[in-house]
Amino acid sequence: FYLTPPQVNSILKANEYSFKVPEFDGKNVSSVLGFDSNQLPANAPIEDRRSAATCLQTRGMLLGVFDGHAGCACAQAVSERLFYYIAVSLLPHETLLEIENAVESGRALLPILQWHKHPNDYFSKEASKLYFNSLRTYWQELIDLNSGETTDVREALINAFKRLDNDISLEAQVGDPNSFLNYLVLRVAFSGATACVAHVDGVDLHIANTGDSRAMLGVQEEDGSWSAVNLSYDHNAQNEHEVERVKMEHPKSEEKSLVKQDRLLGLLMPFRAFGDVKFKWSIELQKRVIESGPDQLNDNEYTKFIPPNYHTPPYLTAEPEVIHHKLRPQDKFLVLATDGLWETMHRQDVARIVGEYLTGVHHQQPIAVGGYKVTLGQMHGLLTERRARISSVFEDQNAATHLIRHAVGNNEFGTVDHERLSKMLSLPEELARMYRDDITIIVVQFNSHVIGAY
Amino acid sequence: AAGMFLRLLSDIQWRAAHPKWRRMTSSQRSTSTTPEPHPVSLPAQAQVVICGGGIMGTSVAYHLSKMGWKDIVLLEQGRLAAGTTRFCAGIVSTARPVSIELKMAHYSNKLYQQLEQETGVQTGYMKTGSISLAQTQDRLISLKRIASSLNVMGIPCEIISPKKVVQLHPLINIHDLVGAMYVPEDALVSSANVSLALATAASRNGVQIHERTSVSHVTVQKGRVTGVETDRGRIQCEYFVNCAGQWAYELGHSGEEPVHIPLHACEHFYLLTHPLKEPLSSSLPTVVDPDGRIYIRNWQGGILSGGFEKNPKPLFTEGRNQLEIQNLQEDWDHFGPLLSALLRRMPGLETLQIMQLVNCPESFTPDMRCIMGESPTARGYFVLAGMNSAGISYGGGAGKYLAEWMVNGYPSENVWPLDLKRFGTLQSSRTFLRHRVMEVMPLMCDLKVPRWDFQTGRQLRTSPLYDRLDAQGARWMEKHGFERVKYFVPPGKDLLDLDHSKTFYKPDWFDIVGSEVKCCKEAVCVIDMSSFTKFEISSTGDQALESLQYLFSNDLDVPVGHVVHTGMLNEKGGYENDCSIARLSKRSFFMISPTDQQVHCWAWLKKHLPDDSNLIMEDVTWKYTALNLIGPRAVDVLSELSYAPMTAEHFPSLFCKEMSVGYANGIRVMSITHTGEPGFVLYIPIEYALHVYNEVMNMGQKYGIRNAGYYALRSLRIEKFFAFWGQDLDAFTTPMECGREFQVKLEKGMQFLGQEALLEQKQNGVYKRFTMFILEDHDTDMDLWPWWGEPIFRNGRYVGKTTSSAYSYTLERHVCLGFVHHFDEKTGEELVVTTDFINQGEYEIDIAGQRFQAKAKLYPFSSLFTQRRRKDEVELSGYQRE
Repeated sequence: FYLTPPQVNSILKANEYSFKVPEFDGKNVSSVLGFDSNQLPANAPIEDRRSAATCLQTRGMLLGVFDGHAGCACAQAVSERLFYYIAVSLLPHETLLEIENAVESGRALLPILQWHKHPNDYFSKEASKLYFNSLRTYWQELIDLNSGETTDVREALINAFKRLDNDISLEAQVGDPNSFLNYLVLRVAFSGATACVAHVDGVDLHIANTGDSRAMLGVQEEDGSWSAVNLSYDHNAQNEHEVERVKMEHPKSEEKSLVKQDRLLGLLMPFRAFGDVKFKWSIELQKRVIESGPDQLNDNEYTKFIPPNYHTPPYLTAEPEVIHHKLRPQDKFLVLATDGLWETMHRQDVARIVGEYLTGVHHQQPIAVGGYKVTLGQMHGLLTERRARISSVFEDQNAATHLIRHAVGNNEFGTVDHERLSKMLSLPEELARMYRDDITIIVVQFNSHVIGAY
Repeated sequence: AAGMFLRLLSDIQWRAAHPKWRRMTSSQRSTSTTPEPHPVSLPAQAQVVICGGGIMGTSVAYHLSKMGWKDIVLLEQGRLAAGTTRFCAGIVSTARPVSIELKMAHYSNKLYQQLEQETGVQTGYMKTGSISLAQTQDRLISLKRIASSLNVMGIPCEIISPKKVVQLHPLINIHDLVGAMYVPEDALVSSANVSLALATAASRNGVQIHERTSVSHVTVQKGRVTGVETDRGRIQCEYFVNCAGQWAYELGHSGEEPVHIPLHACEHFYLLTHPLKEPLSSSLPTVVDPDGRIYIRNWQGGILSGGFEKNPKPLFTEGRNQLEIQNLQEDWDHFGPLLSALLRRMPGLETLQIMQLVNCPESFTPDMRCIMGESPTARGYFVLAGMNSAGISYGGGAGKYLAEWMVNGYPSENVWPLDLKRFGTLQSSRTFLRHRVMEVMPLMCDLKVPRWDFQTGRQLRTSPLYDRLDAQGARWMEKHGFERVKYFVPPGKDLLDLDHSKTFYKPDWFDIVGSEVKCCKEAVCVIDMSSFTKFEISSTGDQALESLQYLFSNDLDVPVGHVVHTGMLNEKGGYENDCSIARLSKRSFFMISPTDQQVHCWAWLKKHLPDDSNLIMEDVTWKYTALNLIGPRAVDVLSELSYAPMTAEHFPSLFCKEMSVGYANGIRVMSITHTGEPGFVLYIPIEYALHVYNEVMNMGQKYGIRNAGYYALRSLRIEKFFAFWGQDLDAFTTPMECGREFQVKLEKGMQFLGQEALLEQKQNGVYKRFTMFILEDHDTDMDLWPWWGEPIFRNGRYVGKTTSSAYSYTLERHVCLGFVHHFDEKTGEELVVTTDFINQGEYEIDIAGQRFQAKAKLYPFSSLFTQRRRKDEVELSGYQRE
């Protein structure tokens, strides 16, 4: 029940992944240097998902974290599918036509995305055909709709989110003759997921957020210190605008029952999410689908349960809030993380820890006062700086791992306490969720030189 | 730089001013500090050889010589007071939670105060007072508890507000403080000079001091010290005193017969600064900020500040010579958190210039208390070491008690909490010590709430049922390395995590233990009590009976199969041990003692039993698993399992019989419970333990059986007014003083140890009386809980302290046990305590400064309990399940 430092490390590093954007000889150099990502499960199995990919037919890179609830099915599906929907939304008309023609004539498809995946990040083989068909229907509609205008990233993001959620809902209503797939699409629809996605293209950074994961920009001030800029708003009861929005969308008679105990209808923490058809479909539709669904669904108390005061669905949307930010040379990194991180750490601390990690010096000489005149204050300043730098930096090659180490192991001095870390990581499965949530983090590092040259 | 500092910290002019003792060690009257050859050869023999010229060794020499022992040689491998003593911070602080430590510190303070006058050596003694700060309410409670004990000892002490703190010490930032404790008579000394003053006085009394002489090992023959081997030859001696500080462990292990002295060194850092612009007054109080883990004293116009970090650095694990003390490095990064705490506490010091960071190793012990006393295996081998960084505070008192111990055979106070014999070989593993001291050092500053447990060095000794019990929700504590169950957390229930369950108030296990107690009273519970020490003593003839009759106060010449509760008393009639002895046959006895008696009791018996090869004593602790079946239904469970009638007619109480339980034969069943409830203890050969446990649990199901732990046991025994050795009873308590005359057979037809003292007490009365207190106006939910060591007031006057306490689920009140004295109102002289004196007082118990009314009782509530039980038996019909 006591973990040694190597045991702790093997747990922390089990899911870590790093990607460095390859450098081309001065040509088309990316504003992104690379990213580190990692996740630490508290649920068994973990309900968080993450995705990262480079758009191949347009410029830019997509990164996202997805926090599932009521199971991981929805988060899994969104992590597999959402970037395709975004990429397709961004594609120009010609490219869409080209792809459709290739499919039509059975030719090889142009690759749309290059995924950057950890071996543990899997895609469902069984559902790929189903998912592809839905996606194809989407681009066919886009081709038909051809507006002739250049694609706006904000709109593309919003459309992609809404379309995917719509497809999830439709697939569940239609069902599938294959019983495995039929159960899968139902599980996807009845579970839920939030999504926080970044699209980086040169100095244009777009964050599309649905739910309570968060995007934060790490900014280095002139004096070298670190500050944090929020690039998303949480969609939950703490957000006044969100509460306002929900209330506007429903009759006044429901005002009191809409938000109870900081939850939507007293049940759901995030106010926007994928899936969760229990909060979107009419009662009749829910009953019909469940009754005609497989037995497993019928036996599940959760799915059968209709939220109280359920009068004017939908109560929930997957539509994201999109924030655009023009990157500046002082914007050094972006952190995308599920609420498991933000519950334990203030964004200011996140900015400092990552910032110091990324610029940190790994090896330090011991200090000796010797014959120098040093005051207590000077020494204190020096030590604080050194401590911030060395604290466990030497153990991590991955900024996300480093953040998780702090999030889980920080003591009152703001330094990692091995004992605490060991305790938190050795909690039995059934207890872990009481002390911490799933944590998923992506840290994107920007290339200040490239950004400065724009 | 270290050299420069040393000269600053300790005034070395004593050499010139007081060369007197040096005449014996040196032919030159040199005042230089350059190495000198050894001019005087060692004596060939001496009564006492003391190894170690630090504060401990010189204090022992000082006190021995004062008590009239003159033939003493003190050996120091380097220079006097050049080890930890020289480096230490010189703070004499009486604010100690353990009463015996408090007494030692108090005596030290008084001794040091007059030492300069007595010896002429400047000791730098300065009465500055000390302020202990509280950043939290819990910390303030712990300070108030200490303040209560200081006050009743007559040591001035007050709890003060943050505002008052500023008046006493203008540099302190008080914004995060909730209060503080001020002890105006605490002092500062130059520790090296105190040690040199003690050496000077000792040498005037005839003690020979030899520096640069190291002891290689101690020779022991037939269990007695015969001499020491040094690098300068051999000295024959009767007594050896190991005051080698952090080398004491190694020295103990250097001989053929190892003496286990469990201590381990850790690096300890403190900071010295240059003077402030306006130099600090040398009378400015010392500040202790336990929540910031630091202490701060004035030092030559600047400050000296150190602390006890959370991540200590143990050293010398592999033994000496891996590093010399002088070569230890400063480690600023390690000191960083403490420096932060210092600047938070005194922000005004930012601009103060650093002189040096001193690395001064200190030795720590497995239970944070120092180590004192005689080796259990080598008579005449005494130890005084392991001061847990309070060597200067304890030095005087510890030296005095050890000297008394050597000269009189026992010290003038109960020092069992410090006795070397509380440890055995099992605490002597280097790995264990290394891990444990890493926990102990931070604990110096951590809040110590009732019933905290060590977390390191655990799961060393376990019962064969450990895994079974653990899987059923057992929460564990440790005694003498043995894991014992505190209570069982029912499935589905989750207690607070360790840090959050720390409280001075009602603990989170309250209801859990309550239901275990209820089950003990109404149905039946099983408690694993395997940790108890178990000896078998047998002989070919009557030697066993005869010897035991002399060593124990009760009559052991009982029919075979009877169990006798009896004290093992010393000459003064005090309890050296309290045990249960079963007569297995005419010539063999089975003896059960408290867990931590394993070493002490063995040593005592070895010392007093005749040297007779036909008298055999064996420690069988490890051979038996002990299951205690407590409760009215224990009878039913056991008779169903053994097909033997177990009712009182067939198996009266205090009876012992070997019988079968389930398939297992040869189970030693005794009708005792250690709590006063009906029931049995089963001594089960360990290979049958799991089988018998399973049988008992299966059979017990229909009687509502469940597991219980020691917390339930304690509640039961305390409400029944049962005293426990080590907690309530000690070598200074006689059976007469705790209402146990019935366990003493003064007329058993032969002499026994302690008989005269008891006869005298019987005639003249006792000077203290074990009393039970029921708290009257105490709100279990809202008020601070008693623990032990709370002062007892009778008619507003202090009469003694509690020794243990528990919540009685039956009385629904807190019960404290403790001793009442009768101090003369004018002279303070101790008078005889009569029953009337006890019964005619109005009592109050002081818990952290708050007094609660208490009802005193000399006898347990037997009538109340039997009444209840009869009533419960009616209700119990509904308790049985199919």
